[in-house]
Amino acid sequence: MYIVVPIKQVPETGNVKMDPETGTMIRSGSEAIINPLDLYALETALRIKEQIGGRVTALTMGPPAASKVLKEAIAMGCNDAVHLSDRAFGGADTCATSYTLACAIRKLEHVDLIVTGEHATDGDTGQVGPALAAWLGMAMVTYAAKLLEVEETHITVERLVEEGYQKVRARLPAVLTVVKEIVVPRLPTLAGKKRTLHAEIPVWDAKTLDADPSLLGLKGSPTRVVRIETPKITRNTTIVKVSEEFPASDAVDQLLRFLKDKNLLG
Amino acid sequence: MHDVWTLAECHGTTLKDVSYELLAWGRTLADSLRCKLCSVVIGDIPDDEIRLLFTYGADCVYVVTHEQLGWSGHEVYVNILTGLSEEHKPEIFLGAATTSGRSIFPALAVRLRTGLTADCTELSIEEKSGNLLQTRPAIGGNIMATIKTPEHRPQMATVRAKSIRHLPADSSRKGEIVRVPWNPAWQDERVTVLGTRKEHSDQGSIMEAEIVVAGGKGLKKKENFRLIEDLAHALGGQVGATRDAVDRGWKGYPHQVGLSGKTISPRLYMGIGISGAVQHMAGIKTAECIVAINADERANLLRVADFALVGDLFEIVPELLRRLNLALDLALDFVLEDGST
Ligand SMILES: Cc1cc2nc3c(=O)[nH]c(=O)nc-3n(C[C@H](O)[C@H](O)[C@H](O)COP(=O)(O)OP(=O)(O)OC[C@H]3O[C@@H](n4cnc5c(N)ncnc54)[C@H](O)[C@@H]3O)c2cc1C
Ligand SMILES: Cc1cc2nc3c(=O)[nH]c(=O)nc-3n(C[C@H](O)[C@H](O)[C@H](O)COP(=O)(O)OP(=O)(O)OC[C@H]3O[C@@H](n4cnc5c(N)ncnc54)[C@H](O)[C@@H]3O)c2cc1C
Repeated sequence: MYIVVPIKQVPETGNVKMDPETGTMIRSGSEAIINPLDLYALETALRIKEQIGGRVTALTMGPPAASKVLKEAIAMGCNDAVHLSDRAFGGADTCATSYTLACAIRKLEHVDLIVTGEHATDGDTGQVGPALAAWLGMAMVTYAAKLLEVEETHITVERLVEEGYQKVRARLPAVLTVVKEIVVPRLPTLAGKKRTLHAEIPVWDAKTLDADPSLLGLKGSPTRVVRIETPKITRNTTIVKVSEEFPASDAVDQLLRFLKDKNLLG
Repeated sequence: MHDVWTLAECHGTTLKDVSYELLAWGRTLADSLRCKLCSVVIGDIPDDEIRLLFTYGADCVYVVTHEQLGWSGHEVYVNILTGLSEEHKPEIFLGAATTSGRSIFPALAVRLRTGLTADCTELSIEEKSGNLLQTRPAIGGNIMATIKTPEHRPQMATVRAKSIRHLPADSSRKGEIVRVPWNPAWQDERVTVLGTRKEHSDQGSIMEAEIVVAGGKGLKKKENFRLIEDLAHALGGQVGATRDAVDRGWKGYPHQVGLSGKTISPRLYMGIGISGAVQHMAGIKTAECIVAINADERANLLRVADFALVGDLFEIVPELLRRLNLALDLALDFVLEDGST
């Protein structure tokens, strides 16, 4: 089975700067890591490979420094990796991102399964997986929480939905998006890290992809971030302190009144 | 002007609440644009229930039914909605930010070659351009981003449950039900639903709850977490917990609120014995009203609260429970007056 895992490099949280002009992220300066939820996608792919045989390729679209996360993926056990990098890819929304990834996956040929994380910790849309399925005309299985059966032609999983767990069977090729429950990711091994020293990671640009330039990057993005605000967290706080002069019963009284005024009781 | 559409969400033979919430957003948008508000129902929903969509704001409902739908994957829904959108060309199309909405809409947006904004908590129409302004939390709730889709139609967004209340019911409102004939080209059998296993650990329910009472390390031990559960029960809410409380096994992971847990937007969030670390706050930034109970007056959570109670939770919560439980039997007003004398 040939499996591709798209992974995203994200800034370590708490360390994100936004460009107020373009509404896009400023990546330089903050330490980039592999999107934590993508480790679950990688682990899922590696387990399937170990179970029924095959090959796993990690794929990322991102600036030159993003090759670091691909090395990590190889250290975990991926066979190889492809890095999509070109100025023309910059400023992409999920539509343009998924298009670019789809072009690369078409070029990789004979892909049976694509495994993505549930969402990225920065952009946080969770849209890239299902959008990929649409570009590639593949079936999609989202929020997979448990692998039940993997065959050469089908995959059966339990999905985490609002009501509980839904069991579905999908014909391959398909896009699978996974939630944390599905597996516990392994740590890279020393042998794996050694392998990355010799790993050649090809960098593909827009030309290599044979992509339609009008669908790439900021130009190919139907959405525009027009404003970024830090939510105001200074509220008009009512402070009530319990003390000897002001016992808990009086404080509770005030709280109940407050809740009642806000229409929050019964 | 083309219409504003919402996708109603079905659960078996009923519509989920979020379907009516989407209409509340849709109504204000349709009114500013002076166009119709239409809802799409894909599923086997009785007419009485479909008419509720009119009661809560819709002018028109497109209904698609087929015996295979209950067993179909998302592909069929994407096919149907692509077909309907290409035919009727809605100006705006809103879906719920649920597991199904968040699967169907991204694929639909690609099929229609348009943009999609995820998980919106606020929607409005920009004065001059008439464009939809879509506001959403991102980066773990640390920022609010406002997004536009200036040149592509429809303008699409998924909307977070409980980001608005449904409109007051108006049973005099009438509308048109359009039954859409089944198109065999919509059929897609690549994904089959084999069944659903209900989960009693109320997975996801804190995300939809109107009231969440959350407890942290200040509770000190597992048995004390009962206080949080009882209070949640008395207020008709759900139980949340910090990561420290979950790590100690006081409550299951589905209850964890924050960066590595769930993001919630209840009308009332009550944090008890919780310091308010940034990772926890990431999950509650869109709560409408925050109440904090903490012994330490410098605790971070008190600073973002609407109502901050400084004191010993083991004194305050039992007193609160006593008063609320009294109120279950008697009129609330009575209890308040009784307590203040
Ligand atoms: C504040 C902010 C808000 C935004 N809001 C929106 C919005 O509402 N709609 C929109 O269309 N765009 C939005 N974007 C742009 C969006 O973040 C980028 O398009 C981003 O490249 C992919 O989306 P994501 O981060 O949401 O990834 P998600 O869709 O959350 O990622 C899901 C999975 O897709 C894979 N993946 C994602 N990106 C890559 C990549 N570059 N390379 C390889 N695999 C990848 C990973 O497996 C990942 O786990 C926003 C950006 C910012 C900064
Ligand atoms: C990558 C990462 C992800 C994380 N994700 C999350 C997450 O998703 N959710 C999350 O919650 N945390 C998360 N954390 C952990 C977070 O940083 C904090 O450690 C955690 O939120 C603290 O939990 P707490 O408030 O219960 O405990 P504490 O910080 O110990 O606070 C306990 C509070 O109880 C008060 N208290 C004690 N006794 C009493 C009493 N008798 N009466 C009243 N008040 C009392 C104290 O004054 C104190 O303020 C994450 C951390 C990291 C590094």
